[in-house]
Amino acid sequence: MSFDKFGKISYLSETKVADFAKYLEKGKIMATRCNTCGKLYFPPQADCPDDLSTDMTWEKLSGKCKLLTYTTAHFAPAGFQDDVPYTIALAQCEEGVKVYALLSRNINENEICIGMDLKLTPLQFPNGRITYELKKA
Amino acid sequence: MSVAIVGVGQTPFSRNCGVSIRELCFEAFREALEDLNLTSKEIDASIICSAPEYDKQRSPAGLISEYLGLTPKPTFYAESICSSSSTGVKVGYSFIKSGLHEIVAVIGFQKMSEISSAEVQERMGRGADTQWESPFGTMMPAGYAMYARAHMQKYGTTEEQLAKIKVKSGKYALLNPLAIFRREITLEECLKARVIASPLKMYDCCANADGASCVIMASEEKARKTTDTPVWVAGIGAASDTLSTTGRSNLTGLTCAVDAAKQAYQMAHLEPKDVDVAEVHDCFTIAEIMAYENLGFCKPSEGGKLIEESQTYIGGKIPVNVDGGLLSKGHPIGATGGSQIRTIVLQLQGRAGKTQVKGAEVGLVHNIGGIGVYGNVTLLRR
Ligand SMILES: [Zn+2]
Repeated sequence: MSFDKFGKISYLSETKVADFAKYLEKGKIMATRCNTCGKLYFPPQADCPDDLSTDMTWEKLSGKCKLLTYTTAHFAPAGFQDDVPYTIALAQCEEGVKVYALLSRNINENEICIGMDLKLTPLQFPNGRITYELKKA
Repeated sequence: MSVAIVGVGQTPFSRNCGVSIRELCFEAFREALEDLNLTSKEIDASIICSAPEYDKQRSPAGLISEYLGLTPKPTFYAESICSSSSTGVKVGYSFIKSGLHEIVAVIGFQKMSEISSAEVQERMGRGADTQWESPFGTMMPAGYAMYARAHMQKYGTTEEQLAKIKVKSGKYALLNPLAIFRREITLEECLKARVIASPLKMYDCCANADGASCVIMASEEKARKTTDTPVWVAGIGAASDTLSTTGRSNLTGLTCAVDAAKQAYQMAHLEPKDVDVAEVHDCFTIAEIMAYENLGFCKPSEGGKLIEESQTYIGGKIPVNVDGGLLSKGHPIGATGGSQIRTIVLQLQGRAGKTQVKGAEVGLVHNIGGIGVYGNVTLLRR
């Protein structure tokens, strides 16, 4: 499977880390780790600019993270207009990397607070597309 | 050898200019050459700046340089989205400093009405990392809104303080005949406006516009022959930050602006307290508050307090965006940096009319591309 199933709308299909989507479908959110310098990459990447290494290993994230910042969008780009309002968030994973994703619709806007514990979770759309979202921990 | 800005020009910024891009550029070019002892034939090179996603014309540099009578001199296109024309000025500076060219024209433009609003919506979604962030429905206001939220959380900045940036902007835009929105706006109107991306509401966001700007740069020798009122480029700094939000370590300020400012101050042997008047990239109200801090006009955390105390009005500690800024003047992406430079040049030449900051000797221009991806800071002196 190629990467174009990822996200509500996908803008690209070809990438060296297309396996990410395969893992995601199996319920695993994977990062990559450089075998040369040990740096962890999320979103995953196939190449390490620090040492020009391409020797990477897939590594599963625990999903445990904390909210860094967020915004509720009431206005959206093409393809997302029917979804407003939705809350875009940036969270810090316990492994040190950051993740950019939507907050689950099950979290009310008045419950949201910076620093709250979240769980990064795979999400299947009814049309078969896949993504991940941030749920209450 | 010093490098000067000898001429500046700008069209009105409007919702729908009703002319073609080359005609729009001609208007700005014509104003820039006014009163100069210089013809277009003496210009050695031109740099044409815009954001290509809004252009119908492929490779506009050739089209525009021909219409301005600049053929057969070298011309090319420079892009760093919203900071394209200050990037052009940096390249122009390098050309002149290196001795490669003596007189350079930097022309910035954007005709955002050239594409439909559906096309604009489509392009908006692709401004972020298209692999990992665009699939979540992000866009520019959301990016700055996340900075606003983090700034409010960490420093206690309020929505009222954000709104006060727009109130100042409206006051000065009323005095700027080239601004798209020429009306004063109350704090209540700002706070009651509909939410775009919380906490940012309609008046916290700048408007798309059509417009062009032009900056004519020259070597010291040529500058002295061309005009009696050259304005000198004292310092130039530029830096970048990650396009991705996940790559950012600072969520309460733009690191690229901090880095660019440091370089510019160092090169100019100037400090923040030496700046008499500044133009900062207020694409959103939070962006102006962060700019105060990132440029050293106040300490990090005190940006909200600076506007609260009206210190960035004329008569305050450091007047900022006294032409109405992007918020009220409008933001025709590729033209914006040149327009900011024009405002500062007019200030330093004492030609700023009703918004003149008395005795202004040193001015600063802060022009940012994307959500803090590209940062340009330019220091000018009389
Ligand atoms: Zn490595």
